[in-house]
Amino acid sequence: MNSLSFGSLARRPEAGSIVSLLLVVAFFVIFGGVQIDRFLGAASWVNLAANLGIVALPVGLLMIAGELDISIGAMIPAGSMSVAIVSGYYGLPIELGIAVALGLGVIVGLINGLLTIKTSVPSLIITLGSLVAMQGLVLAGSVLLTGSAGVALKAPEWAKFLFGHFFGGSYQVLILWWLALTAIYVFFIHFSRFGNWIFAMGGDKDSARNAGIPTDRMTILLFVLSSTSASFVGMCGAILFNSAQVSGGMNYIFNTIVSVVVGGVLLTGGFGSIVGIFFGAITFAVVTQGIYFTDIDRNWSSLIIGVMLLLAVLMNNSFRQFALNYAPRKKK
Amino acid sequence: MTDTHPVLELRNVNKSFGPIDVLHDISLKVKAGEVLCLLGDNGAGKSTLIKTLAGVHKPTTGEIWMDGGRVSFDRPKDAADRGIATVHQFGGTFPLMTIGRSFFVGVEPTKGWGPFKIFDRKKANAVAVKAVQSFGITRIDDGDRLIGGLSGGERQSLAIARAVHFGARVLILDEPTAALGVKQASHVLRIVLEAKKRGIAVIFITHQVTHAMAVGDHFAVLIRGALAANFMRGEKSREEITDLMAGGEALADLDAYMESHDGHAPDLVS
Repeated sequence: MNSLSFGSLARRPEAGSIVSLLLVVAFFVIFGGVQIDRFLGAASWVNLAANLGIVALPVGLLMIAGELDISIGAMIPAGSMSVAIVSGYYGLPIELGIAVALGLGVIVGLINGLLTIKTSVPSLIITLGSLVAMQGLVLAGSVLLTGSAGVALKAPEWAKFLFGHFFGGSYQVLILWWLALTAIYVFFIHFSRFGNWIFAMGGDKDSARNAGIPTDRMTILLFVLSSTSASFVGMCGAILFNSAQVSGGMNYIFNTIVSVVVGGVLLTGGFGSIVGIFFGAITFAVVTQGIYFTDIDRNWSSLIIGVMLLLAVLMNNSFRQFALNYAPRKKK
Repeated sequence: MTDTHPVLELRNVNKSFGPIDVLHDISLKVKAGEVLCLLGDNGAGKSTLIKTLAGVHKPTTGEIWMDGGRVSFDRPKDAADRGIATVHQFGGTFPLMTIGRSFFVGVEPTKGWGPFKIFDRKKANAVAVKAVQSFGITRIDDGDRLIGGLSGGERQSLAIARAVHFGARVLILDEPTAALGVKQASHVLRIVLEAKKRGIAVIFITHQVTHAMAVGDHFAVLIRGALAANFMRGEKSREEITDLMAGGEALADLDAYMESHDGHAPDLVS
């Protein structure tokens, strides 16, 4: 945007996430004896980053707008189970399965969004409720309909090609979705006027509403976006691995929040960037998957993530302070 | 044209919330290019009065007139559409947004076409900086700075400049100087005078009599929801206004108490 000096870079919300990523890679190279070329080309962390990133982007937007959605933890298995039950167990066309999976995401998002704007209950609590409720619904529904908690799915070629195949060896096609979605989000959040609305909502919801921003509609839209994205990731997983399980998805809750926060989004809203969330997901994936390439015992990875999260938050705080104090000319 | 009519007028406005009467029979007018200072202690009903003017509350009884015609506000937006803008104590802006972006929240200028309309950052920054500089705040010269990095006075000035830029005819300033230092407050007062010079009707809410006297043409003192006094510039002295605001007797009581007790604090047991 500005001239690309170090100073203008450090004032941007994503500065912290890029520094954390570099630090983590440097740490692995220096202390883990990692071979950098083999590591950079590894599919494992890119796949994880893509799965995580697709969910983390809308969750991060909600956080920028001052809300939170943890029901994504249940929407991932919900998405994969619904496509597997409809198209695998009942043998209905895959289009219908995909529509049910995504439709379920839209419905849960609508419920989350409506409850958030109609009540004064924090969205953390509301989505905690829908998280647990959806978990129950998916488990009970699956057992009721199919008699088991895992369902096989045989998707046709075109669906596999679009949503679940490996290219170039072991890269999931989801990576391309992730990159495309990131580009779309960057446009809408940082270049179109909608982004301005989201930042304004996170800064001060009442002022934003008074300025004529349709805050209610935007809130609902963001919730729909996050639960549909989660359900999309679950659906792609089921198509890729030819099966779906009721369990899983819960660790996405914390993983996305870590990615988003490392990515420089302020927990209380109003500040953050898409590029930051993008790098946040990469950083998270590099730590959890990259550790396999090192001599470090993988049991340490949680410790590294915890320390990294704290460091990133501290860094982001000082970068934000830096941005606030920025004045074009020195006054003294 | 509308010279003879006040821009905004309240006629016998009452407001009660359930059994509690908050405003009693308030009648006030403000003309274009005039500063009406609304004075009153905490809890006197100032905020309710502002909210009634801004369309947040509807008067229980009584009428609001604008330019000689009766109006009724169902929502804050109705008042805003008629050119009534409220600027709150902290400017009501977004600390972590840039000057250019926050200036145009909700009415962003865009360029390009179709779904590819992009936010015109250069234009937004230029307009915002120009608007605030035209009010004499020349220290704001980069629209990319974050609001949170501005001083309180600068934020107020920016918020006022924003309201005026978007066509405010009545500017309601809710305690704009309360949280500011002396120098910052004087900046804001200068901007109030500039707004007045541009023919905007200003309603200036404060409990700092000095600030009110510096800019006011017309003063109204609110005590427990009723108009205790309504007078023009020069009709009352500073001490008289202060006395009025405190309910008169309260301060006299305090003076008497201080004399009889040599300035000691009262005994706690009574």
